Amino acid sequence: MTPLVRVDAIAAPLMRDNIDTDAIIPSREMKSVSKTGLSGGLFAGWRYRGSSGREPDPAFVLNDPRFAEAEILVTGANFGCGSSREHAVWALAEYGFRVVIASSFSPIFQGNCVRNGVAPVVLPDDVCDILAGLATEGARIAVDLETMTVSAAGQRWSFALEDEPRLMLMEGLDAIELTRKGQARITAFRAADAQARPWVYLEN
Amino acid sequence: MTPVASDAPRPPRTLAGAIWETHVVAALDGETDLLAVDRLLLHERTGGVALRSLDDAGRTVAAPAQVFATMDHIVDTFPGRSDDTLMPTGKAFLTAMREGALKHGITLFDLHDPRQGIVHVISPEQGIVLPGLTLACPDSHTCTQGAFGAIAWGIGSTEAEHALATMTLRVERPHDMRITIDGRLGTGVTAKDLALHIIRRLGSGGAKRHIVEFAGAAVRALDMEARMTLCNMATELAAFGAIIAPDETTFAYLAGRPYAPEGEMWDTAVAHWRTLATEDAAPFAVEHRFDAAEVAPMITWGTSPQHGMPLDATVPAFESLDGTTGRADYDRAIAYMDVTPGDRLEGLPVNAAFIGSCTNSRVSDLRRAAAILKGRKVAPGVRAICVPGSTQVKRDAEAEGLDVIFRDAGFEWREAGCSMCFYAGGESFGAQQRVVSSTNRNFESRQGPGTRTHIASPETVAAPAIAGAIADPRRLEPLP
Repeated sequence: MTPLVRVDAIAAPLMRDNIDTDAIIPSREMKSVSKTGLSGGLFAGWRYRGSSGREPDPAFVLNDPRFAEAEILVTGANFGCGSSREHAVWALAEYGFRVVIASSFSPIFQGNCVRNGVAPVVLPDDVCDILAGLATEGARIAVDLETMTVSAAGQRWSFALEDEPRLMLMEGLDAIELTRKGQARITAFRAADAQARPWVYLEN
Repeated sequence: MTPVASDAPRPPRTLAGAIWETHVVAALDGETDLLAVDRLLLHERTGGVALRSLDDAGRTVAAPAQVFATMDHIVDTFPGRSDDTLMPTGKAFLTAMREGALKHGITLFDLHDPRQGIVHVISPEQGIVLPGLTLACPDSHTCTQGAFGAIAWGIGSTEAEHALATMTLRVERPHDMRITIDGRLGTGVTAKDLALHIIRRLGSGGAKRHIVEFAGAAVRALDMEARMTLCNMATELAAFGAIIAPDETTFAYLAGRPYAPEGEMWDTAVAHWRTLATEDAAPFAVEHRFDAAEVAPMITWGTSPQHGMPLDATVPAFESLDGTTGRADYDRAIAYMDVTPGDRLEGLPVNAAFIGSCTNSRVSDLRRAAAILKGRKVAPGVRAICVPGSTQVKRDAEAEGLDVIFRDAGFEWREAGCSMCFYAGGESFGAQQRVVSSTNRNFESRQGPGTRTHIASPETVAAPAIAGAIADPRRLEPLP
């Protein structure tokens, strides 16, 4: 996974609350048993005219040429709610988004972001509105995980991120490798637990 | 674990807190624990890709006997179905799931297996979920299974790979919330109505980062299937999970299930399960209290599960929503659903009725719907579909003759699966079609591009199928 320390980029404003993962990537766009090939389906229901074609709807923000190079998405509350489909993050990442700024996230979606090198940044509603306004005017937004700040147009805001997701994003860590370093501890735990709760440990 | 002096009193723990503590393999940075996972469930939409990715990384499945897989999300539900699906490319998902399960020694409830069905229906049926367990599945409705006194939560595919490889997950510790429901639900008021009532009050982000313990007399009085319906909808509050303390109702449901312990082991397990309860004075970060008597049959008017209203009320004005929905979202929902603030939903013509999903597709759900359908006919022009949650539910329902009632009324009687709870690219209800559905999500285009979904209990879906318009099951025209 590509480490992510600082992103300084154009941002696309999509100010709606409760954008669900069905909207981010409709189920019909998840066509192959794969984590790739999904960016074309990103926001398909809003991005294209009609229900199945690929004719861009010029009213949708991602079809506005000003936001063609956007690497940051600024959005509303409870972003990524609904289905746990990780395809939502795979599609955003493949499209080129490296940061999503929202006033809140669905927890499953937020975890999926971290595991795929996309930084979920939580800022208050009013700040998201300010950033969306600046983004609309074409301002670049800088997101720094080192200092945990977002800056744009001479203003600066701090955000919070837990140690573990921050480290995973900044170092591009693979969680499985990290966990496997403590394999002896897992093995010991399971052996002791199998004595205490034998009914949990099924046999093939 | 930090040793505790024997005379130091242990602070009182919540049910979820106690189960969590016994599963901590290691405390990681900040609020994150490395948590042991007792059961991992997979389905064909994400299972195949997780197993392939595991293969590509040269990793193996740590404990295949604790992993189960089913075909539910993409598989067709038409009688005589095969690996070919209406969803274009769907077959590849079924094939990948099957190959992955075979290769890694994972038990798969395949297409023609009598144990096949929706993951959150079959896991309880088979006794895979048990009290005190941790259970994860790459599906947001995994919280359903907390009804058994387990910590059960939805994860992404990458996390599923992590659980496959290590039987652990790195999880941020959720906060404890208790929702106590006093009293008793009225006649004709169901767990689905209770869930919609709570979501309307607390909002779709109302339990974010919390594990919700449902407690109180009204919850204790629910049977296991109703408890599952209630816990199922907790993800629509953005909860990490939901949990209900196990009791005699729970043990009676699980006794004799294929993967539940047997004989002496059962007795030992039950003795342990009886200790699983929130201790007096255990601290909750948030507490909510509801009066069951205030809950009415509910239906949604908008495009979020928080957009619920009593069936006999009128579509709310923006001002009455107490800020849970923003102005733009409200206007968008009203326009999308083509409903009018101040008007009743009752009497609004419907195009379809759908009974199914991990929320409301168990035999008790079908029984309640059948009680309304018996002797009546689906209104002309209304497409009515019933999809049992599992092959076992289907067989049980058929043994009681429920299928005959559904078919005689004019319902399609399907094979088990998630079906049209969501649009996967195959079957859909169509644009601007109004559907009353016993499912869990009324998002824009959830059941098909442009489809308008009203979610409700199975009986509140059965009534409009008959009336041809949204109708109160308590006020249907009496049979001749």
